[in-house]
Amino acid sequence: METDLNSQDRKDLDKFIKFFALKTVQVIVQARLGEKICTRSSSSPTGSDWFNLAIKDIPEVTHEAKKALAGQLPAVGRSMCVEISLKTSEGDSMELEIWCLEMNEKCDKEIKVSYTVYNRLSLLLKSLLAITRVTPAYRLSRKQGHEYVILYRIYFGEVQLNGLGEGFQTVRVGTVGTPVGTITLSCAYRINLAFMSTRQFERTPPIMGIIIDHFVDRPYPSSSPMHPCNYRTAGEDTGVTYPSVEDSQEVCTTSFSTSPPSQCVFTVTKAHFQTPTPVVTDTLRVPMAGLAFSHQLSSSRLSYQPAALGVGSADLAYPVVFAAGLNTTHPHQLMVPGKEGGVPLAPNQPAHGAQADQERLATYTPSDGAHCAATPSSSEDTETVSNSSEGRASPHDVLETIFARKVGAFVNKPINQVTLTSLDIPFAMFAPKNLELEDADPMVNPPDSPETESPLQGSLHSDGSSGGSSGNTHDDFVMIDFKPAFSKDDILPMDLGTFYREFQNPPQLSSLSIDIGAQSMAEDLDSLPEKLAVHEKNVREFDAFVETLQ
Amino acid sequence: MNCRSEVLEVSVEGRQVEEAMLAVLHTVLLHRSTGKFHYKKEGTYSIGTVGTQDVDCDFIDFTYVRVSSEELDRALRKVVGEFKDALRNSGGDGLGQMSLEFYQKKKSRWPFSDECIPWEVWTVKVHVVALATEQERQSEVDNVFDTGLRDVQPYLYKISFQITDALGTSVTTTMRRLIKDTLAL
Repeated sequence: METDLNSQDRKDLDKFIKFFALKTVQVIVQARLGEKICTRSSSSPTGSDWFNLAIKDIPEVTHEAKKALAGQLPAVGRSMCVEISLKTSEGDSMELEIWCLEMNEKCDKEIKVSYTVYNRLSLLLKSLLAITRVTPAYRLSRKQGHEYVILYRIYFGEVQLNGLGEGFQTVRVGTVGTPVGTITLSCAYRINLAFMSTRQFERTPPIMGIIIDHFVDRPYPSSSPMHPCNYRTAGEDTGVTYPSVEDSQEVCTTSFSTSPPSQCVFTVTKAHFQTPTPVVTDTLRVPMAGLAFSHQLSSSRLSYQPAALGVGSADLAYPVVFAAGLNTTHPHQLMVPGKEGGVPLAPNQPAHGAQADQERLATYTPSDGAHCAATPSSSEDTETVSNSSEGRASPHDVLETIFARKVGAFVNKPINQVTLTSLDIPFAMFAPKNLELEDADPMVNPPDSPETESPLQGSLHSDGSSGGSSGNTHDDFVMIDFKPAFSKDDILPMDLGTFYREFQNPPQLSSLSIDIGAQSMAEDLDSLPEKLAVHEKNVREFDAFVETLQ
Repeated sequence: MNCRSEVLEVSVEGRQVEEAMLAVLHTVLLHRSTGKFHYKKEGTYSIGTVGTQDVDCDFIDFTYVRVSSEELDRALRKVVGEFKDALRNSGGDGLGQMSLEFYQKKKSRWPFSDECIPWEVWTVKVHVVALATEQERQSEVDNVFDTGLRDVQPYLYKISFQITDALGTSVTTTMRRLIKDTLAL
């Protein structure tokens, strides 16, 4: 709902939201890399860090996020979601968390975009930093390595919480009200870590139930190329380098795919890209498009080595200078100063620390109007620069980025090639067996069986049949091979794995099958009196036997 | 004056007190810290950048995020160390509380000193619990095992012997056996 938000504010707000979304993705993905994150505080006023927080930008992640957003911003019904999932070395995967950045319609018209919203977004990012270390997936991601890896996926659109299993919990990171809506950041995380919950068929009890218990031998020490504390910008020397999906062992987290629902979004905004009017621009563009951005890329490196480069901050599109006109009389007094002036200045006495409501009572002062105007205008210059080169680059953009659907983000082999019977897996034994059972299934051809037996039978068969059928529907997650822990394949003909497979699905006990069972019960009952009579006859023999025992 | 107040309660073991307090304090201070203000001419200032750092706890399965400032960390550790020592030395039931207060100074004219007006207070109440300690475990061991030997530790055992005379059954032995069996049952 557009109100009296002037165009400059609107542009700023859109820019803030866009970069907030990008930074959110960076924080989440970095928190799942499996390493401790460490960035330096810097007092130097280069101001190249958004929201005054030193959050590194991993180029691949930024690229993916931008691809998913495709120039749009989170809005009502269109949320940005980051899905974190776990994939074992055998190919099983399961969704662990979904982080959602949503926008609703509740507007806060009074709020000051350039200051309050900005600071509150910064605060929200700090909360996100803290909370990403608290959810269960953090411990899992710290232990990733040989046995499993953590993957992320970004999509834009409707939030899909189906893959989280039963009883998933949500935690709200925070909300920030803006004049165009309220931004909400939340996380839904899985509670039930039992592994086979994404599959429909019943496998009892999964030996590889909780993977995190396995001894994980970290393949690389902390100096691995996997984003240590001192991040070296991977893209600087070799242009665009994105780790491929196959490298999932080395580069632990960055396998990703686009999701089907967002395809329509993509096509709509492709046209949008080509028009030179997008308000939100990419000042952090990955160097796919020529030299205009090398400058900005080098500037963005400032945040990692603040002492090294002395690039003037005026060229950057980030809000750098906030002129301070702070009123120190009462911390709770809400100052709503206009941009054009009329604000009491106390230039030499800024407030110490943070105000109570995080209301930074600073504004653009008239004396600094020129200065501040310089910043937005310079940002606009870069925006136009990036616009035009973006216009040039967008055909390349369209050609180079892949909008095709990647089936099943985490499957290394195409689904069609993985059939149930072609591989030596218990599933292969499972499927034909169930087909047989179904024909002979008394439940299918209902006999006159007693009630007590049928639930047992029914449950056995429904698990089996549903396993057989829905194993096909759940294409994305297919177990390729079964390697039980601590077992060696080549020593004995019968090893643990084979043993498990063979005795995985034992035939039913005869006493449990309906027709035989019922009859034997009846027979047993009938034969009891006879048996008692026989025993009574032999009682003396029994007594003698007992005495010999004494 | 409105001062916001939050109270948190934690129950921790003795060795976890320090890390629990540091985690809470650092997390709150992360949210309540900005970058350094850098003053320029014309009465403007710009804000520096806050770096963050993950800290793993040794005695709690937890990682918290703190601002990357060694000085701040040192200051907090000092205070928390004092708190921990005070808790330990108090004996008692191991209850204590620590509060983090954000205030604003109000300059007053002489002779009145500056006022400190708090606008937010975070209080953490700590309850030190002692989970199954080593001493309890030790006493249990003595009830089950024979800990007197130097090199091995068998279960508590008893050996007895008896001499039977030629007949094998005498009244006393039979009676004794009967009584023993009855009692054993």
